[in-house]
Amino acid sequence: MSTKTLFDLVSGDRARIVRIRGGSAPGLRQRLLDMGITRGTELLVERHAPLGDPVEISLKGYSLALRMNEARHIEIEEL
Amino acid sequence: MAGIAIAGNPNAGKTSLFNHLTGAAQSVGNYPGVTVERKEGVARFNGRRVSVVDLPGTYSLTAYSQEELVARNFIIEDGPDLVVDVLDASNLERHLYLAIQIMEMGAPLLLALNMVDVAKRRGIQVDHAKLSELLGVPVVPTVGSKGTGIKELLQRCIEAIDGKVAVSPRAVTYGHEVDEEVDTLAELATGVPLLVARYSPRWLAVKLLEGDPEVEKKVAELGGEAAPALLEAARKAVKAIERHCGDDCSTVIAERRYGYAAGIMRECVTLTGEAREMNTDRIDRIVCNRFLGPLILVGVVAALFFTVFKVSTEWAWVPWFGGWYAPVDWVEWFFERLADAVAGLEPRAPILHSLISDALIAGVGGVLGFVPLIFTMFLLISALEDSGYIARVAFILDRVLQTFGLQGKSILAMIVSGGLGAGGCAVPGVLATRTLREEKDRLITMLVAPFMNCGAKLPVYAMLIAAFFPHRHTQMMLLLWAFSWVVALCAAWVLRKFVIRGEQTPFVMELPPYHVPVLRSLLLHTWERTWMYVKKAGTIILAINVLLWALMYFPQPPDAANVSARFQAIVPSHASEAEQAANALAHSYAGRFGRALEPITQYAGFDWRTNIALVGGFMAKEVVVGTLGTVMAMGDVEPGQSETLSQRLAGDPAWNPLKGFALMIFVMVYAPCFVCMAVIRRESGSWKWALFSTAYSTIIAFVLTVLIYQGGLALGLGIP
Repeated sequence: MSTKTLFDLVSGDRARIVRIRGGSAPGLRQRLLDMGITRGTELLVERHAPLGDPVEISLKGYSLALRMNEARHIEIEEL
Repeated sequence: MAGIAIAGNPNAGKTSLFNHLTGAAQSVGNYPGVTVERKEGVARFNGRRVSVVDLPGTYSLTAYSQEELVARNFIIEDGPDLVVDVLDASNLERHLYLAIQIMEMGAPLLLALNMVDVAKRRGIQVDHAKLSELLGVPVVPTVGSKGTGIKELLQRCIEAIDGKVAVSPRAVTYGHEVDEEVDTLAELATGVPLLVARYSPRWLAVKLLEGDPEVEKKVAELGGEAAPALLEAARKAVKAIERHCGDDCSTVIAERRYGYAAGIMRECVTLTGEAREMNTDRIDRIVCNRFLGPLILVGVVAALFFTVFKVSTEWAWVPWFGGWYAPVDWVEWFFERLADAVAGLEPRAPILHSLISDALIAGVGGVLGFVPLIFTMFLLISALEDSGYIARVAFILDRVLQTFGLQGKSILAMIVSGGLGAGGCAVPGVLATRTLREEKDRLITMLVAPFMNCGAKLPVYAMLIAAFFPHRHTQMMLLLWAFSWVVALCAAWVLRKFVIRGEQTPFVMELPPYHVPVLRSLLLHTWERTWMYVKKAGTIILAINVLLWALMYFPQPPDAANVSARFQAIVPSHASEAEQAANALAHSYAGRFGRALEPITQYAGFDWRTNIALVGGFMAKEVVVGTLGTVMAMGDVEPGQSETLSQRLAGDPAWNPLKGFALMIFVMVYAPCFVCMAVIRRESGSWKWALFSTAYSTIIAFVLTVLIYQGGLALGLGIP
């Protein structure tokens, strides 16, 4: 079974970031890192947009929206 | 004059601090060659003048986004005397991440700890003295929305510029395994004078470890013989760190930065509450709700659209000489008076009169006529943006527009351009793309927004529908509305797929807490942006207007008595005034152009008269009606009262419903009017995109129209 990613979570789920998947484009990786998607950071899935994409998460005291395509790159462990 | 640069995350309250520092003495422009907005002003303090530049709001200083590159290049190349980094005290960890990167650059730094009131309300207490001690730079607490702490901020800035307070930040540490490599690389870089002259060696070292493509390029360029060794050393260092930490090197560095920020947080932040933004939470539960969210969005966007256009073009609320005028009509009133004032010139110097009245006065009037629209649009969109709602619009609509290579925020530009089918204007529409931070998305939005049915296309539709589809007005308008969206979305998809390619900027967007916008700041911002339109786009618009005027005015036909044989066939001698006007237009460069194109345009069903009208439509789409009237020798046809022209076309054997429909589609799709083109030129930063926009939409229009016309003929439509 492959590792769980942010893509697999539903609203209300809490998780801890494990890593950004290897092989992601450097621009995307850097952008995610810059927004605080770093190992060990805890996040809460707030909600999905009406059509299920993007997803809103809160982490480090703020809210962040990202597309499900990008959410696939974030490996997590559920809390 | 000493200079300050203001840096900070978007939503840190940079702009309101900037406004307090500079007052109204500011100007908005663009950084050369890019679409990034540049604001600068002058701050005064005790008789001293300091120039202040508001850098684009960024989360980081990488080479992956235009704004971040602009911000960091400004700090490196313009070498401001002081960088003021604005931090949101209620969101310190992520904001410190940027501060740390400015510290890495070794720039003289001062921190404005903003929004301390919001932080306090959320139970976040920041010990700013401790923060200052830990980072080695001055920290001033402020509340930008209320102007609290501005005096202290300015005073500390002046002291810093004068060298009275230490502004050299501590060296950032990343843990010993990384620090060692940074030290080694920094030492190597110190041996290259051309590099050290511009960059801090430690910053270079960190950027090389991160694999920053821009810095690698600069090192190769400026490093001379030392460059290969330095780059090779960096590659080895990256390998060593990756082996040691078991992760990608840029990830390690970003994590260490966040670790450093977290460490500082632990020492100077006390939490006394839950720290959640409860109000934003509550609002979002409704506004982003699966069912209510889209409904509220439709309501807000429709309200935005109708307010912009009612306030500026429909509601007569400006009292003037005993009457009431809508702002646009009020501007028009002035230019009509101006035109009246020079009317006396006509009999004596007809060419000069036409130049002044038709080219210059009409040109300036054309530029200023858009001002009420642009002002209201900027005001309302800035208010929505500052409140935080625009980010929710992007969130809710992203899925739909993403498919076509656009994004959620594109919808604003499309709606303002006429996406609701009830009028609109692509000029403020193109300007409304400023809410898009992603360069490519913004460019694509700008290139497809003019396909929407703006208010100027409506009179053309009205005239042609009345002529050929008199009993199907509603159905036709609905069809045209749907058609415009199909064309725009398909064009966006094609542009994304084939023209503006490359990696799509990842859509990773902060949803900021809701704020009540500050009116003063809004007005200032709106005024600056509107003024920039007048100044920058205005000159281009005026120049093109004069050019178009000349094309339609020269050369003048010889006297009616000795009209060349070629024209006698069309215009009999002893012609009426209307016929003379038609003759003059047919004889002009525009007329010749229209004739020359007839062999091609006949495939779309257009004769030379229609071609001339379409050339006129480049001035403004509604001009198609008037020009067609003139060229058909019907005298002046006002776009609003075109019944006679409709009747004429309906009765003309050369015309038929198929041609009418093809013409409507052509008018919808072909080149944006030149005012819009001038604005695209301003907003995209180059003529290339303005000309591209004109060319590609005309080609699409022609292909579509030929398909419709030839297809219709093949189906037996349009044959009387």
